[in-house]
Amino acid sequence: MKANVREVQGVAVVDLKGKITIGSGDVQLREVINGLVEKGKKNILINMQEVTTIDSSGIGELVGCYTSVTNKGGKLKLLHLPPKINDVLTVTQLITVFDVYESESEALATYAA
Amino acid sequence: MTKTPPSHDAGPIRMSLSSRFENIELAQHLCGKLLDGREVSEETKHWLLMALREALANAIKHGNRQDVSKRIHVEMDVVGGNLQISIRDEGEGFDPATVEDPLAPENRLKTSGRGIFYMKTFMDDVRFRRLEGGGMEIVLTKNLGSGKEKEGNRT
Repeated sequence: MKANVREVQGVAVVDLKGKITIGSGDVQLREVINGLVEKGKKNILINMQEVTTIDSSGIGELVGCYTSVTNKGGKLKLLHLPPKINDVLTVTQLITVFDVYESESEALATYAA
Repeated sequence: MTKTPPSHDAGPIRMSLSSRFENIELAQHLCGKLLDGREVSEETKHWLLMALREALANAIKHGNRQDVSKRIHVEMDVVGGNLQISIRDEGEGFDPATVEDPLAPENRLKTSGRGIFYMKTFMDDVRFRRLEGGGMEIVLTKNLGSGKEKEGNRT
């Protein structure tokens, strides 16, 4: 997995690419998000558009990231969820936990609200 | 004249893998090959390969505890329109009845505990068996024409 962090309108936008699976991307995701939290970044938007595969470990890390950001008083939201990842979140009823957006500008505007 | 048999006559695939996560994709690739030439929707294939991934990850992580000296034994075959996958580890085994429901409100935000749920969601049948000599076997079955996927149906 590759992760690129952009700062847009005070929000850390994390563009992920590749697999978030056990032994390949799951721990990396945690490290990237924890690194942002440690730097005081509270508003984080994860762009999932180029994530090709996710498994239960990747989902677990995503949930862990959500919890750690929320516990610090921040907001972690998701952007451009591929349909199959949407399905994986839906069957475990996690889709209602995350705020999910199809438009980056729309997502960014919600942080200012 | 000798004819090359179609790929769906490839017969069962049996393999023994070391307990490394990198081997998950090897097994997925071979499972995909077993399905080549059969009428299986891409949707069905995607979800059964995810279930296979979860079963292998469980066997490697929780079964063999990533001990590379322990093996994961995999058998795959298509019998009567059903894909059957058996995965055996060399670990201590576990009681499936003790696995918590990831949909319970108190478990919803846990960082683990969804693998077996995904297997049950995406396959038609999932069975666990403690092996006499130690280890656990999980048998996944999928009717290749059943179309049961992503429904959250755990029957």
